[in-house]
Amino acid sequence: MTDSGSQAELVRRSLKRRYRKERRFRFYGITAIAIALFSLVILFTDIVSKGYTGFIKTTVTLEVPLDGELMYLTDATDPDQIAMADFQAPIIKALQAYFPTATSRSDKRELSRMTGSYASNQVRDLLEKQPDLLGTTRTMEFLAHDAVSVYVKHAGDPGYSIRLTEQQQRWTDELLDKGVIDTSFNDVFFSRGDSREPSNAGILGALVGSLLTMGITLVIAFPVGVAAAVYLEEFAPSNRITDFIEVNINNLAAVPSIIFGLLGLAVFIGVFGLPRSVPVVGGLVLALMTLPTIIISSRAAIKSVPPSIREAAEGIGASKMQVVLHHVFPLAMPGMLTGSIIGMAQALGETAPLLLIGMVAFIVEVPDGFFSSATVLPVQIFIWAGSAEQGFVELASAGIMVLLAFLITMNALAIWLRKRLERRW
Amino acid sequence: MQTTDLLPLVLVLAAVAYGFAYMRSRAVAGPLGGIRNLKALPVYYAARAALWCAIPALIILGVWAAFEGKVIQDMVMASLPAELAPQSEGHASLTLSQISNVAAGKLDSARVPDGITGAATLLQELREKSSQFKTLLVILIAVLGGAFAWTRVAPHINARKSVERTLQRVFFLCAAVAILTTIGIVFSVIFETFRFFGKVPISEFLFGTSWSPQTALRADQVGSDGAFGVIPLFTGTLMISAIALSIAVPVGLLSAVYLSEYASRPVRAVVKPLLEMLAGVPTVVYGFFAALTVAPFIRDLAVAIGLEASSQSALAAGLVMGIMIIPFVSSLSDDVINAVPRTLRDGSLAMGATQSETMKNVIFPAALPGIMGGILLAASRAIGETMIVVMAAGLAANLTANPLDSVTTVTVQIVTLLTGDQEFDSAKTLAAFALGMMLFIVTLLLNVIALKVVRKYREQYD
Repeated sequence: MTDSGSQAELVRRSLKRRYRKERRFRFYGITAIAIALFSLVILFTDIVSKGYTGFIKTTVTLEVPLDGELMYLTDATDPDQIAMADFQAPIIKALQAYFPTATSRSDKRELSRMTGSYASNQVRDLLEKQPDLLGTTRTMEFLAHDAVSVYVKHAGDPGYSIRLTEQQQRWTDELLDKGVIDTSFNDVFFSRGDSREPSNAGILGALVGSLLTMGITLVIAFPVGVAAAVYLEEFAPSNRITDFIEVNINNLAAVPSIIFGLLGLAVFIGVFGLPRSVPVVGGLVLALMTLPTIIISSRAAIKSVPPSIREAAEGIGASKMQVVLHHVFPLAMPGMLTGSIIGMAQALGETAPLLLIGMVAFIVEVPDGFFSSATVLPVQIFIWAGSAEQGFVELASAGIMVLLAFLITMNALAIWLRKRLERRW
Repeated sequence: MQTTDLLPLVLVLAAVAYGFAYMRSRAVAGPLGGIRNLKALPVYYAARAALWCAIPALIILGVWAAFEGKVIQDMVMASLPAELAPQSEGHASLTLSQISNVAAGKLDSARVPDGITGAATLLQELREKSSQFKTLLVILIAVLGGAFAWTRVAPHINARKSVERTLQRVFFLCAAVAILTTIGIVFSVIFETFRFFGKVPISEFLFGTSWSPQTALRADQVGSDGAFGVIPLFTGTLMISAIALSIAVPVGLLSAVYLSEYASRPVRAVVKPLLEMLAGVPTVVYGFFAALTVAPFIRDLAVAIGLEASSQSALAAGLVMGIMIIPFVSSLSDDVINAVPRTLRDGSLAMGATQSETMKNVIFPAALPGIMGGILLAASRAIGETMIVVMAAGLAANLTANPLDSVTTVTVQIVTLLTGDQEFDSAKTLAAFALGMMLFIVTLLLNVIALKVVRKYREQYD
């Protein structure tokens, strides 16, 4: 009796310490979750805060005197004269209307760097199209020079003003006040391909490239993956070959993605002689990469169809293939679709293998087919993130936001499909 | 016609064959007293006709498209006059691109030697011929196949069986793609690796301590064009992976424990998908985060406390990679913890142990093999991760133990060696394949061991 009493005493005395340990353990768990969620929050706020300015463009609206004397141009229909003419001059003239004292050579140079380098092309294109405008004055909207644009978007941050002279900063502030320099939604970003100049670069080329690549991936990976899953679940005899296939699928699911890039480089480009940096090769590589994901999730979907369905079909005389195609397959379809969408989302965000097959090239044109040089969203982000100019960083994060928007939509679609269509048995 | 146009054409032909065979089977069945008297339903006759039409044509088309470019290239190169015949592979690719540019009209033919212009015309001719011949052949075979199946629509033939057999074979081939992919991976790295070891001795590669594939510093240097010692890459990879795992394992494991043992249902329902969001973020986004936010932050912090730090540090890449792997570890350990039988847990709680004591002394030891398997899988993922290290870890192959230094990894080197100028026979390019082979072998071993451990553990409690 005394013995057990002292034992109980022992336990009671240790209780406080044990509960403290319990609380500490629970605290560790909460801390761990907090760290993970905190990183998620930091990641997203960082990207949004860096990137929201990517959706804004800075424009300069000027009354441009299309004066022939200024441009050394007498006849705008003459291609020789067009080639020789100075289309920067009227823009400088228009700016001088606001700053009449800026007449020296260096002042003019600084004025010419207020608008982007495509501004003079804009004037030329206008005159080429409508030669009779020569001698009139037109209101034209130009994209601001990148240095100006960055300065306007990050007003007050000295890190972003280093590329402007003090005079240019003063001019910019004044033009801002007068409403000549203005900011608006960046439609350029969504309507153009890449460019050497951040304010002129867009994501459309990469978006179309991604779309084409994903098209190839879907057309190959979905049917092949589903057929493979059907074979493995329904028809495969249990023998060595089947085991070998299963081992291979499991291992391929964990092979680093860059290895698939080596495969694409050596086989699709090296052996089959397909061209570099085209969506077809990218799509093939990504299809091979996503196959294991699709196979594994499709098998799970097939497995979840209850045996009673199969037995009922077999009972009224359906062949094995009829059971599968007429009954099991349609019932497993939502699950297969869900898995495939998730696999496609992975493929959409994949970068490394595409670098090896040359999709990292600088491509200005929006791709127009499966065999034209293209890049994809994540690679475009990679290219921009590695560019030295300040303006590209905001484009990279804006691109990330676009990419994440696509991924979130795809995942939401997958979840919706699962909730909506998947039957619980 | 181009391959991309022929593909839909074949499918249209198959649909036509389907329609014809369907009508014929009904026509055949009519006088016999309905489709009851056929050996198979009309759809099967129709499906068989479509398969006969499409499959042989698609095979021919695929083979043709796969080898067309290469064969034409070789024929054009062989046609070049002797003085233009390329000396090296690099030269060959240059000549080839010149020829194709002339053929495409991008390069003025007046500015290249006559031989090139001739070759360009030949290239154009061969392309046209090949395209015509391909179109004819594919359409012919499709029509013949369809017609053959059409003649075989007869009441005594069981079309269902042959259709089902064919489908099953197609399904098998689809499953066999997994094997083909593995074989493709092995073969694509193995040849180049052997050629590489013909140039650089294997011992030099495995045990050399300096890696500088780009520069030829001295003529008497190993391989005479750079050093290919892989040790600095290994230490770099290991350091970054170790940093990543030392973040991801405790955080992932503890959050899994909390979520499965303590968290209430609503908390779990919110936190789990949020954690999984971390896994869905593309690696290039993590790379961007590491390179432009974490790395400068770490450098400033290190400088503030008086340490020297480079702008690209192993620590930044490792930290961010750790964040990326957290959901991987947590979902694997969640599975493993939930697989421990309820009875063990109940027994321990009934003895008066607290939840944390149960966790630490009963569940955790029972789940340890599974958790180890999960950690191995996470390690293989960290070793093979590319974008974060490409963007944040740097290129300098430093043999260092200082996490604030810039290091490089196997994957970074593969990317840098293969994205620059390309000559397929230089030791530099071949080295990338040798590195790829090492990466493949190491990750494969880790995966095989991990899967074995996890499976064994599952069987133990099933």
